[in-house]
Order: sequence, then C-alpha cells, then structure tokens
Amino acid sequence: MLAHHQDSLKRTPLHSLHVSLGGKMVPFAGYDMPVQYPAGVLKEHLHTRAAAGLFDVSHMGQIALRPKSGKVEDAARALERLVPQDIVAIAPGRQRYAQFTNADGGILDDLMVANFGDHLFLVVNAACKEQDEAHLRANLSDDCLIDSLADRALVALQGPKAEAVLAKLCAEAPSMTFMDAGPHEVAGIKCFVSRSGYTGEDGFEISVPASDAERLARMLLDNPDVLPIGLGARDSLRLEAGLCLYGHDIDTATTPVEAALEWSVQKSRRAGGARAGGFPGAGKILAHFDGGASRRRVGLRAEGRAPVREGAPLFADSAGGEPVGKVTSGGFGPSLSAPVAMGYVPVNLSALGTKLFAEVRGQRLPLAVAAMPFVKNTYKR
Amino acid sequence: MTTMLYTSDHEWLAIDGDTATVGITDYAQQQLGDVVFVELPKVGRALKKAEAAAVVESVKAASDVYAPVTGEVLETNEALAAEPALVNSDAQGAAWFFKIKIADKSELGGLMDEAAYKAHTA
Repeated sequence: MLAHHQDSLKRTPLHSLHVSLGGKMVPFAGYDMPVQYPAGVLKEHLHTRAAAGLFDVSHMGQIALRPKSGKVEDAARALERLVPQDIVAIAPGRQRYAQFTNADGGILDDLMVANFGDHLFLVVNAACKEQDEAHLRANLSDDCLIDSLADRALVALQGPKAEAVLAKLCAEAPSMTFMDAGPHEVAGIKCFVSRSGYTGEDGFEISVPASDAERLARMLLDNPDVLPIGLGARDSLRLEAGLCLYGHDIDTATTPVEAALEWSVQKSRRAGGARAGGFPGAGKILAHFDGGASRRRVGLRAEGRAPVREGAPLFADSAGGEPVGKVTSGGFGPSLSAPVAMGYVPVNLSALGTKLFAEVRGQRLPLAVAAMPFVKNTYKR
Repeated sequence: MTTMLYTSDHEWLAIDGDTATVGITDYAQQQLGDVVFVELPKVGRALKKAEAAAVVESVKAASDVYAPVTGEVLETNEALAAEPALVNSDAQGAAWFFKIKIADKSELGGLMDEAAYKAHTA
C-alpha cells in the first residue's frame, strides 16, 4: 500500500538531486518533495535570509497564453475576464501578482502573470494547476492558445547573495529590478528569469527546460553561498514575509479585499476605472472595496513563546464568548525567534495593536494584530 | 542504579526507585527537527498513563508527549523554556522533560529496554 502510494506521487526533474542531497521527501500537492535537507528548517530559513537559498518549485504550473491574433494585448484583455488585475498595463518584460476569482468573489487560485512580448507567461499553484488550465481553456480558447509548459522545471534563488550568485551565470541578472521578467540565458541555457520570489528577500525565479534543470541547479549549488532549501523553510519564510498560501490564507470563500490584497487590484479595474469590473465576482468584490467586507486578514504576534498554528480559533476576550475568527497560517518565525501568524478577524477588530486571544490546547494565549510583513522585505526596486 | 526504558512513542524513562525521569529520545528529536518550544505539565499534576503530558514544537509542527506511566509530576525542567534547542543537542541528557512518581511499577513491564527500542527504530 505504502509503495503504491509513493509510486503514485509525481516527481520533479530535480527529484534525484533532492535524494542525493539527503532531502527528507514528503508528499505535497501530489509530488514527492523535500520538506528539508540535513541542515534542517531553522538553518535553511536563516541561511536564505543571510546568504542565498535554492528552492525547487517545479511542481507549480507554468502556462503560456498565446494570443491567436499575435497581439499580446489581446491575450491580456482576454485574461482580464478572469482576474481583477490590470493585465493590459503589464509592460513587456514585467510581471504582476494576480488572482483567478469565482462568481462569488472568492479566489480560485493566485498566480503570477508576466508579459513576454508576444505572449503571457503564467505561474500557478501546484494543487490548482489542472483546474486553472481547464478554467483558461473553457474561457479563453477563442482568443488564446493555452500552452501547458510541462517540460520545464522552476527553481527559486532567494536571499541577499542571490544577485551575486546568478550574475556569474547570467550577466543581465544584476540589471533586473523587482518584478522584471523575461527570457535570459543562464549558463548558456535558455531560461525565463524573473526577479521575484516567495520569501520577502531579493531573488530570482528561473524557469528552465527539464532536461537542463539538474545541471543548472548543481551549478547554482556549487556556489558556497547557496544551500538547498525545502518546503518547511519555504513556508516559514513566506509567513514572515506576510505572503498568502493558497488553500490556507486565501481560498474560494475569501475575496481579495477580505484577504487584504487590495494593493493587487489596480484602479483601472475598480469602480470608476477605465475597465472597471468585468471579472468573475466583480459585483461582490467592488462592493467589498466600498466598505462591504466584514472581516479582514491580519498579521498576529503572540505575547508568549508558544507557536499559534493554523486552525486556532481567535477570541476577543480571555474567557468565554464565541470565536471571532481563526488563524489561517501560523508557526515559529526563525528570523524573529518568536511565533507569527495570520488570520481573519472582524473589521472592527483588525486595527494594528488590537488585543486578541488564540485558543491553543484549551488555553487562551494573548496576541495582538501586527503589521505585515513581519520581516522587512528586501526587494530590489 | 538507574534503569533506562523506552516507549513506542519515543519517550525515554530513567527509573530510579519509584521516580522516573522522562524525556524524548534522540531518534524522536531527529524526526522532529529544530525544537522551538516545549510546554511542560504543572508540578503536582496527576498524570494517567498515555495521557498527553507535554508538547514539543518544531518550526513545522506540534507533537504531544504522552505520560509513559501513571503518577504525579514531581519536577519539570525549566531550562527547556529558555532553551528549547537543548532537546536537539542533548535529548537523552540535559533535555529531560519531567520527573514523575510512579504509581504502579507493574506498568513498567510493557516498556522496552534499549536493545528492544533500537530494534523498534531500526
């Protein structure tokens, strides 16, 4: 049974590298993935913030959206039917964060959208990629070819040394700024490189043909500043950076406004904008922009040392009463050496400094609404 | 003379007369990874065998530590509150969790000796 279960897990092009590096492999979104390497989650986390970490994120979906007309703005206009972002305004060589919304204003998935000049390049979550592709095919096939780039791996190189490390293999890397994205050769391999990531650190995400992935990863790991980083530290890094994890902090029951992602919805798509609405759930989402949201995602810092984890109910008082919300992500923040969490609370309890209590093992632990990111981001703007 | 015993849940007991010092094994700390928080039972608490007695948390997850025998908590290791990482560096020594007064020594019969525990984790 166990063997069968493991056989059914998919493997990324870097699977044998993970095993040879001593990765502790676990099932994640249908893939056999390294949760940590021998250094351990704590050291991997701290090393990424101090030097550079290499992450395998090949389980994520990479999709090219090619306009049938040959004009990328037609693909952008088409994609705007599915997301509340201004896609038309993404300049060639730039990338933007977006969400697929549903008719109720909930979030089907979050994604990155880059303009590669003649087509759009999308990166979506592993657990949602089949559903996202079907959604794109069902809605955009008249205007676009939806091309699943299953033969590509994706690695992230993150941390203050990332630029210097990548510069040795890609001369253009240092001239890129945050959210620049496009085709670049890395060590002579035709890659797509973006200056972005999921850690709050400066860094790059590199899409590489599957057949060259291990060779490129090994070249990056040959640099003494680079350690391989597993999913455990990926989660603690993004949590400290205040970034949402799909299926936990955002899902089909949360709108972008409730999720405190208003910054990601440009004015052109809001009420009064040049292309206001026109995406699934626009009525509800625009009403939420107009003060209609009753709850909000907030950062939470505990007073004590006990980590407050996903699912912990939140209360307004130290005893009695009904829960007012719940923690959607939480754990120990290695860079802060303290617990950090995020969760949803009523809007009237969402102001910075608001005192709340999380119930953990029957005890109400005091915490306070806190600004995110918890650790200052170091993006190169 | 201290006797070392082990549970299938990866706790160790150092038996000295009718007192047992309890901690988690080196194997357990390796499986958990970096320990960042330990919650200990209150001194004086009456524990039943197999009841959740303490909690050990790594960056990734929280795990219960069960009372290996029935008895009263005599003492807890306050050093773990200040330095949870002791569990990683010295799981079967300085990072003991609590001492318990063994209520019924017949409960020790179901525990493993070192050779049996080694086989259990092999």
